[in-house]
Amino acid sequence: MNGGVAALDPAGPQAAALADLSWILIVMFFAVTGVVLLATVISALPGGRAKALIGKRWIVVWGGLAFPAVVVTGLLIYSLAVTEKVTAGPASGVVRIRVAGEMWWWRVQYLDEQGVAFETANQIHIPVGRPVSFELVSTDVIHSFWVPQLGGKMDMIPGRTNTLRLQADEQGVFRGQCTEYCGGAHALMALEVVAQPQAEFDAWAAAQAQPAAATDHPGWALFADSGCGACHTVRGTDANGRIGPDLTHLVSRRTLAAAVQPNTPEALRRFIRHAGDMKPGLRMPDYERLSEADVAAIADWLGRRQ
Amino acid sequence: VKSETGFDHDLYHRFPTSEERPPAELEELKRIWCAPRGIEFLKAVNNNYVGLYYIGAAFLFFVLAGVLALLMRTQLALPLNGFLDQETYNQIFTMHGTVMMFLFAVPAVEALGILLLPQMLAARDLPFPRLSAYAFWAYFLGGSAFFCSIFVGLAPSGGWFMYPPLTSAAHSPGINADFWLLGIGFIEISAIAGAVEIVVGVMKTRAPGMGLDKLPIFAWAMLVFAALIVLGFPAIILATLLLELERALGWPFFDPLRGGDPLLWQHLFWFFGHPDVYIIFLPAAGMLSMIIPAVAQTPLVGHRLVVASMLVTGFISLWVWVHHMFTTGLPPLALNFFSLASMLVAIPAGVQVFAWIATLAAGKVRWSTPALFAVGSIITFTMGGLTGVMVGIAPFDFVVHDTYFVVAHFHYVLIGGMVLPLFAGFYYWTPMLSSRALSERLGCWVFGLIFSGVHITFFPMHITGLMGMPRRVYTYPGDLGWDVLNLTSTIGAFLIGAGVLIFIVDVFRKFRFAAEGNAGNVFGGGTLEWLPSGLYSNRSIPVVQSRYPLWEQKKIAEDVEEGRYFLPGSATGERETIVTSPVLAEPQYLQRMPGPGWPQFAAAVFTAGFFLGLTVQFYWPAVISGILAIASVVWWVWELDLPVKQKAADVGAGITVPAYASGPRSHGWWGMIVLIVVMAMIFLMLVFSYVYIWSQRPHLFPTDGDLAPMWLGVALNGVAVVLGVSARKLHDASPMSAAVLAVGSAAAIAAAFGVDAATAWNAGVRPQTDAYAALIFAFLSWQGVFVAVVMMMALYALARLAAGLLVRERPMTIESIALFLSYAAAQGAVGLLVARGFPALV
Repeated sequence: MNGGVAALDPAGPQAAALADLSWILIVMFFAVTGVVLLATVISALPGGRAKALIGKRWIVVWGGLAFPAVVVTGLLIYSLAVTEKVTAGPASGVVRIRVAGEMWWWRVQYLDEQGVAFETANQIHIPVGRPVSFELVSTDVIHSFWVPQLGGKMDMIPGRTNTLRLQADEQGVFRGQCTEYCGGAHALMALEVVAQPQAEFDAWAAAQAQPAAATDHPGWALFADSGCGACHTVRGTDANGRIGPDLTHLVSRRTLAAAVQPNTPEALRRFIRHAGDMKPGLRMPDYERLSEADVAAIADWLGRRQ
Repeated sequence: VKSETGFDHDLYHRFPTSEERPPAELEELKRIWCAPRGIEFLKAVNNNYVGLYYIGAAFLFFVLAGVLALLMRTQLALPLNGFLDQETYNQIFTMHGTVMMFLFAVPAVEALGILLLPQMLAARDLPFPRLSAYAFWAYFLGGSAFFCSIFVGLAPSGGWFMYPPLTSAAHSPGINADFWLLGIGFIEISAIAGAVEIVVGVMKTRAPGMGLDKLPIFAWAMLVFAALIVLGFPAIILATLLLELERALGWPFFDPLRGGDPLLWQHLFWFFGHPDVYIIFLPAAGMLSMIIPAVAQTPLVGHRLVVASMLVTGFISLWVWVHHMFTTGLPPLALNFFSLASMLVAIPAGVQVFAWIATLAAGKVRWSTPALFAVGSIITFTMGGLTGVMVGIAPFDFVVHDTYFVVAHFHYVLIGGMVLPLFAGFYYWTPMLSSRALSERLGCWVFGLIFSGVHITFFPMHITGLMGMPRRVYTYPGDLGWDVLNLTSTIGAFLIGAGVLIFIVDVFRKFRFAAEGNAGNVFGGGTLEWLPSGLYSNRSIPVVQSRYPLWEQKKIAEDVEEGRYFLPGSATGERETIVTSPVLAEPQYLQRMPGPGWPQFAAAVFTAGFFLGLTVQFYWPAVISGILAIASVVWWVWELDLPVKQKAADVGAGITVPAYASGPRSHGWWGMIVLIVVMAMIFLMLVFSYVYIWSQRPHLFPTDGDLAPMWLGVALNGVAVVLGVSARKLHDASPMSAAVLAVGSAAAIAAAFGVDAATAWNAGVRPQTDAYAALIFAFLSWQGVFVAVVMMMALYALARLAAGLLVRERPMTIESIALFLSYAAAQGAVGLLVARGFPALV
């Protein structure tokens, strides 16, 4: 979440293997660029014994053929091990999470033996130190799931399920973003991964699995009357739409609109009235016909339930 | 030297001749190759004009797409900037990529081929001048219409590789995506036409004695370029056809809900897309391999290694497409194979880079603007090549794929490997075309601004990418540390813009087209394009004995100018050039060439009208335009293979060659073969699509069908092949029987098609049902087009017969038709065996 170079600041074993590889390649890049730059400067300037030495066919054979062949072979062998490491499946104790790319947010489903244990959106909690298996899917267009501090990216392709294995070895909030251009508000499709100790994670999961409580709130009536339930699910109520994100525990999320804005009551009110201002082109209509007070009531209701 | 064609090499010793040439000879040459005046510029077919139009149009699109880039960089200068809205930005980045790749890069190098090859090979023109003109006008008209879509908000917004399902009718309902398919359709046509031209030109119209070992590197590069177009473009042609069929008619090739697969598009697109990078890079590398020896005043070090490395690059480039798909969830075996293949490209690239460096070191560099751009290219391209090795490593690609790191990588490669060499080429070859060279003083500024601008723009993007910034985002948050880097990139982009602006000013100040009386060989190049020349190319066509004739063959320029070599005037009173053998370039015959005319221009206008009408859904104008386009092509073709005034011609020093040829000696045969290879590649891509979908969704493919109709169709097509081959064989005895056999062959092809179509329809196969049915109809449609073409060809043969133009001495018309018939029938048979037989027989 800071201004660092996320891909080189790993927080887990997969990302660490990739960061090591990246550093080796960066060193290779500067070393070879330096060699070629030096050779070019020597050859382009007049005179000198070095220039006479370079101006021969051997440099083409040794510099152009042999040198790249050796470098490429070395890198390839090393990279095979890295590929193995970042794609290998863990033995056991895996947290299984299905993430569906949607235009332009993330549907997150925690899986257990029976199927979907509970659903949330745009914020993924994982326990520190345990392997997580992400089942990546899409029902509209192609998206790509990437959390740089945790590992490589993987596409979400309609008609397929791709598996990505990640693990966080330290606590923290790690930003991710859709990296396959998915039209419209592709730029505004981010997510956050919250890595926390097992106990905290268990508590969070237990809370998420609970249905929402009270419907004896004016906000609920407005929510229901405005047809919000056609698209959104609030578990424990009649609202069971599947088009937009599950809002059951919206207040527990750090951000709104797929990590575009911090989740504050004020931002939530703005989003309800003019969602398209925060994320142009999304499918949620404006609710200008609702008064400020009505919007505040809905926001208040959504903000109450944990 | 052993002769390739039986031509006696001792005859070369007759040159240079010593007798005076008749004074009227040069005047006649000038008259025959005269410049177009006024409106006649539309009719021009000479490579000097078409090449210049082409490069001008390509440069125009470069500037336009560059302006789009500046708009994008302005938007990204600050986080959460409101300069452009989301939809506009998405259209602009799509257009920037599409226009740069399709309307600038490929046409620009093709333009240079058309402009420079005849001069380098000392041919009077390329072998199919009207085809070049058609390719240009189709490209220019179609490309302009496509570009204008941005002004009315109808530009595509799916990204330049247009991945479905985003670009399917469901997610891109407007005609914006169709504009993309239209724009690309034109460039497909013109690229293929250019490739035919260039393959045949390089193989068949070289100066006598210019064996492959003496072929200039640029010509080698253009040969590989053309081969890659022939092998690579068919994939995008098929992909665009399938996507348009899915969008317009609902045939589900890519829709996973009906058995299609979005990844099929990616395979087809990148099977074209990656070779496309080398289609762009190799000619530019070829230019560097011409310019660097000139600025260092010494032959290229490692000439053969460089040629070999270009051939190897071309080959490897066909085996790396999957590295664009590393993050689609491929098995490790595929990752490792394509990783290896991708990294191997470093070796031939390294050979070229070190050959350039060694050449600079072997000579003494005379600093000039071309030299600056050449050295700038080496550095920039090397850096892009190294990040290319990095992204070729699958696990590193998992990190940087679709981030700004990749944006940095391919801009380094394309700018270092194509744009900077192109500017080197502009400065280097302008004196060949213009009465004045470009300004060296301003040239330093142009280079300084562009070179520094490129690095200031794109180097920071490596870091922005590693920080997590994805490509194709219209904005980004301010709290991630991406803002300073983005602002730096924006500043760099405007420096590039300033450099290009100064260049344009200089071109307007200095460039004055002058085929004769040009500024001359100011950089001291050693190859034939620096011979004194006019619109007719060189006064006489020299015998080439070395790779750098101007450095190593004494007095060659003077002797050429005085007409002391081959073809010092016009032997037949028409436009003509010497056609030579492919390996040793021995004179074979004299090709008579068409002069200016309207047919190819009319064909281009109506082709454009046809596609444009379809795109904006004006169907009746489209149909009329399509019919007129076909009529124009018939008009054009009718003027081919006309009566020969003289059977043989004296091409100088008493050496006589035929003035007509058929079979593998002739340029027409070669052109038809290249065209057939293109058709076969498109068909092969369709077969690939079929097998690919079968491998993903085998349950859709019936295995219990009745194969009798298939065998009937195969047999009918077999008969068609026999009839087609016999038509050519019988022509020498009786042109009338040949025409009748051609009609019979076409009828058999049509009958086989009819059987298959009826079988599919009666079995209830409907193309919208699922991917299998759609593929069956794709096979039918493709073969249906061939049925229409062979029917027209059969009618054409009859018309020629009726007009008395089908005569024994001139078999080219029937020969071309017979080749096409045989191919169409073979394709029909294989199509049946694959579409109908494969699932049942495997």
